[in-house]
Amino acid sequence: MTTGVTDPFAYHAPETVREASQALSRYRGDAKLLAGGHSLIPMMKLRIASPQAVVDLRNVEGIKGIKENDDGSIFIGSMTTYYELITSDVINSKACSIAEAAAQVADTQVRNWGTIGGSLAHADPAGDLPAVAVALDFQIHASSARSDRTIACDRFFRGYLETALRANEILTGVTVPAQDDGSGSAYVKLANKASHYAIVGVAASLTIDPGGICISARIGITGAGPHAVRSRRAERILVGKELTENVINRAAQRGGAELAGLFNDDVHASAEYREAMTQVYTARAVTVAAQRASN
Amino acid sequence: MNQEVTITINGTEHRLQVPPRTLLSQLLRDTLDLTGTHVGCDTSSCGACTVLVDGDATKSCTMFAVQADGCEVTTVEGLASNGELHPIQEAFREKHGLQCGFCTPGMMITAVQILERNPSPSEAEIRSGLRGNLCRCTGYHNIVAAVQHAATISGGE
Amino acid sequence: MTTDTLIGQEVKRVEDQALITGRGQYIDDLRLPGLLHVAIVRSPYGHAKINNVDVSAAANAPGVVAVFTGADLAEQLGSLPAGWLLDEEATGMKAPEHPPLAIEKVRYVGDAVAAVVGSSPAAASDAVALVEVDYEPLDAVTDAEQATADGAPVVHDDAPGNLAFDWSVGAGDYDAAAAEADVVVSERIVNQRLIPNPMEPRGIMADYNGGTEQLTIWTSTQIPHLVRLLFALVTGHPEHKVRVIAPDVGGGFGCKLYLYAEEVICGIIAKQLERPVKWIESRTENYVATTHGRDHIADAEICGTSDGIVTGLKVHVYANLGGYLSTFAPAIPTILFGLMLGGCYKFENLSCQVKGVFTNTTPVDAYRGAGRPEATYVVERMMERYAHEIGRDVIGVRRRNFVRPFKRGHDMPIGVTYDSGNYQGALAAALDKFDYQAFRQEQRDARREGRLLGVGFSTYIEICGMAPSAVAGALGAGAGLWESSTVRVHPTGTVTVFTGTSPHGQGHETTLAQITSSRLGIPMENVEVVHGDTERHQFGTGTFGSRSLAVGGQALMMSLDKVIEKAKRIAAHEMGVDTKQVSFENGTFYVEDIQEREIPWGDVALGAYWAKNLPDGLEPGLEAVSFFDPQNFTWPFGTHIAVIEIDEVTGETKLNRYVAIDDVGNVINPMIVDGMVHGGIAQGVGQALQECAVYSDDGQLLTGSMMDYAVPTAEDFPTFETGRTVTPTTVNSLGAKGAGETGTIAASPAVVNAAVDALKHLGVKHLNMPLSPEKMWRTIHDAKEERRARRSAAARRGN
Repeated sequence: MTTGVTDPFAYHAPETVREASQALSRYRGDAKLLAGGHSLIPMMKLRIASPQAVVDLRNVEGIKGIKENDDGSIFIGSMTTYYELITSDVINSKACSIAEAAAQVADTQVRNWGTIGGSLAHADPAGDLPAVAVALDFQIHASSARSDRTIACDRFFRGYLETALRANEILTGVTVPAQDDGSGSAYVKLANKASHYAIVGVAASLTIDPGGICISARIGITGAGPHAVRSRRAERILVGKELTENVINRAAQRGGAELAGLFNDDVHASAEYREAMTQVYTARAVTVAAQRASN
Repeated sequence: MNQEVTITINGTEHRLQVPPRTLLSQLLRDTLDLTGTHVGCDTSSCGACTVLVDGDATKSCTMFAVQADGCEVTTVEGLASNGELHPIQEAFREKHGLQCGFCTPGMMITAVQILERNPSPSEAEIRSGLRGNLCRCTGYHNIVAAVQHAATISGGE
Repeated sequence: MTTDTLIGQEVKRVEDQALITGRGQYIDDLRLPGLLHVAIVRSPYGHAKINNVDVSAAANAPGVVAVFTGADLAEQLGSLPAGWLLDEEATGMKAPEHPPLAIEKVRYVGDAVAAVVGSSPAAASDAVALVEVDYEPLDAVTDAEQATADGAPVVHDDAPGNLAFDWSVGAGDYDAAAAEADVVVSERIVNQRLIPNPMEPRGIMADYNGGTEQLTIWTSTQIPHLVRLLFALVTGHPEHKVRVIAPDVGGGFGCKLYLYAEEVICGIIAKQLERPVKWIESRTENYVATTHGRDHIADAEICGTSDGIVTGLKVHVYANLGGYLSTFAPAIPTILFGLMLGGCYKFENLSCQVKGVFTNTTPVDAYRGAGRPEATYVVERMMERYAHEIGRDVIGVRRRNFVRPFKRGHDMPIGVTYDSGNYQGALAAALDKFDYQAFRQEQRDARREGRLLGVGFSTYIEICGMAPSAVAGALGAGAGLWESSTVRVHPTGTVTVFTGTSPHGQGHETTLAQITSSRLGIPMENVEVVHGDTERHQFGTGTFGSRSLAVGGQALMMSLDKVIEKAKRIAAHEMGVDTKQVSFENGTFYVEDIQEREIPWGDVALGAYWAKNLPDGLEPGLEAVSFFDPQNFTWPFGTHIAVIEIDEVTGETKLNRYVAIDDVGNVINPMIVDGMVHGGIAQGVGQALQECAVYSDDGQLLTGSMMDYAVPTAEDFPTFETGRTVTPTTVNSLGAKGAGETGTIAASPAVVNAAVDALKHLGVKHLNMPLSPEKMWRTIHDAKEERRARRSAAARRGN
């Protein structure tokens, strides 16, 4: 047994993305990026993770903060903390489900340090932000020493703790696409009482036209399966219809259908329960998002 | 290889050489003998080790000391000033917000953060704000009362 | 502040100044020059043979000073004792060897196998992975009932069938009562395994002086004196050359109530190396290396008349003891369980059988309440189960069966005598705070809105004030359970009180100072309370079983009386009157009706030491030592009421209200008592709703960290509504019964009863803890399915 001591490692605190990427390359996959550190450091203390080097992003320029672009989209730097998201006027007015999800992450202290980039790049299957990322169709910016690229959220989460990021890439930020008039989003969660991670978390983003018809819908689900997924089958039932209770319930019955056979089954919840709760929480998320879209 | 860090702790600047794996909690406790900051878990769950880093409540067991380079840290030892207890300390004593006392330093620091951000929190806001600090003695009843009392004596409504 | 007025006052705690300013001295805050650090290599297997332990790589690692295996230290370490052994003839009691470092076999995940000593915590931790243990995994068993089945893996060869004991107790004739009863209701009631989780994990520092052979052990314990005694017995190191100090202790809840392997290991290593060593338990380690609580499977049966008179209770239990017997393990599911099964009720027929079973799990011992929560849960759950069965209200049925109020002893059929009780009074006081009729209306209204509300009661009793030594000894205790005190009056009249109790959050420094201040009429700041050091105080017992005030407080009262008696003699001599003429009040000795004849306390104290004018034959000095061995246990009781709301769709639960009326006899400091009640409720509610230790079949702890085991947070509770009735005990002159465990004992049945009440209309009769959302969802789902099936079957029949 250990006493909360990590294995030794080399520490780097580069000032540019390029240097950070070079540091990753130098250790050939045996270096870890440190953002807020609230997933990485506990894993290192339990010696589940023992990287040769830690590359701290705290000093890297240009990857912090929230900025509204001229086209109405929002750039969020990867090192933006949950607390900054929760208290951002731009986020609360334009994409409140991001703040809503951030506010449900862990606790006060963790939210002071945990970052949006860390959450997405770590891709914990029960993390809160990935569901919102999927529902709001985040465009995820990744840079290496040589190139920059943008990854659509639908292609970002690949598996358990696995993303589309390459070994030498750094997630520098995300762009939240502009929300059309009549849009609303929400994140709701059945939390694990111990870890406060999501047993099931569902984010919904909807646009409703003045006639009350849902013209677009995206639903992101976390906690239920190996990674955050989009529930297109539920979305399809919503689009083109007025969101009556009946329609929402029908959609919810398809909530997480993509995860059939893949639902997590562990000491906290069975696959069967997660499947059922995915449907319940899909209905709840859609209901709240629809109310917000109509207001 | 050791790294040099400069950290201001409770108003005093310290320049230190530390191995990168030194946690901020270890630096405080083992290097500087500030043992008021306690360590109650190894999964970032219990909050006993909470300190303020640049004003933000922080689990010092989940931060390497090198990450705090250039930061200002306040520990429980730094709450009182000029021999006067901080209102939160006064309130914890007045409302019996502690029993064994082990969680208390971290609990008070988080409470300071809660009140700094919201001088008149509701009971529900206090309870949710304290979610990252575990106490096994008090059932939180008197801790919540202490935070409410601190809000009152600090001038919150 | 002086005089009797301090008794019953909300005096702020004297402990707090240090603790709120970061000046507490918990074990890991202590430093010694040249300190080495110990890390323990632990079994990753639930059950395995140890073929070989190779420490060579670890021993050569940087910063490593030494590595010890069980074989290295076998003779010095001895075998950890079970300090409570049931009658061998009657129960077949087995107490297998328990080597502090496993030698041939490991019996649970976390079993200690080797100790690495390093120059820093990091050096010791780093080398743990370098110790190569060749394990041969064996089949494991983790469930107590399964462990008794034919062909189950055998944990200890000398305990066939994994049976540590088969204990029974009874009264009357249950079978006859059941045969005559209108109604017999049975239920399997599981009291799940819990992990105590004091916020401070355990820790030990040990230092040895080879010149004097003095060994000093600092340990985070509730029982420093017993640790010293047991350490001496186990290791052969002379007791008078061992000093055990409990510094500030960050909570215990029963799990720091034993001689642990690490205490022996660190003591012996310090002696071996002649260097001070420290071991600090990590939380993850605490989850497997520190005792767990509860883990009972009870098959219960209650019988009675159709109009609400209970006539008997039968309980058969499989009690999981884990891989070895921890110090008090055999007492918990037997004495502290079986003797409580009468509750506060009149029924006369009781049958209880308890099988204590070894399994490949962390040892199980006392956890707050210890046996009594398990018993109360069975009794209070079965009372409501029975009331539902006969279609009567749970309050009315309780009232019908309550023992009538009594002030001076009530003999229970099981053979114990309750000290004093007024169960009707506590229930009435609780119902004053809780409008039952209004709640039932609210419940009906809520159900129409699709909200499920339920109320649950627990009219509990507990057995506290451990304990009359002769009784405990007859039941198997390996030590007396009296308590001791010393009152040392200093020449200036200030006082040091030494107590054998060992607080870890209970505020004894305040409470005992209040008593002392009030009795002696001196300011509280002139009283210092010392505890937790075997060198400063004579042998004492410690803090557990809600005993510190009921037993330790009385020991203090006796010493105070002795000191006052002697001081009166000195004062009388000074005043030239007979001792009988001297009164003592508010810190002044005086003679009734003679105004000028009075001497303040301080002058008498000085006189006692100056000794220039003492009565003939009176020794100088002013100090008294007392040992109090109570004639009976104390029996606190009360009524707790829980209101719970269940989300019908998800199964999530919410505790909406919690009302607690406790009767702990007289109260010295209501603020402290309330605080302990709050904490106890939180632990009981935690058990009911969310805490549960889960093992895989091969012995892996699946809830092995705070990320998986749900210690409740502030968000999980409403503000508690507490109050008291006062029915003093006659067992001690303070009239105090003890308050440390009431909440934990009362709360879990109240909450589960509330949940069953909320789901009663669906046909739900029982729920096992914890009431996780999934369990509730499944229960609701299944109950609705069943109802639907019944209805459609009925409809078909109707066709």
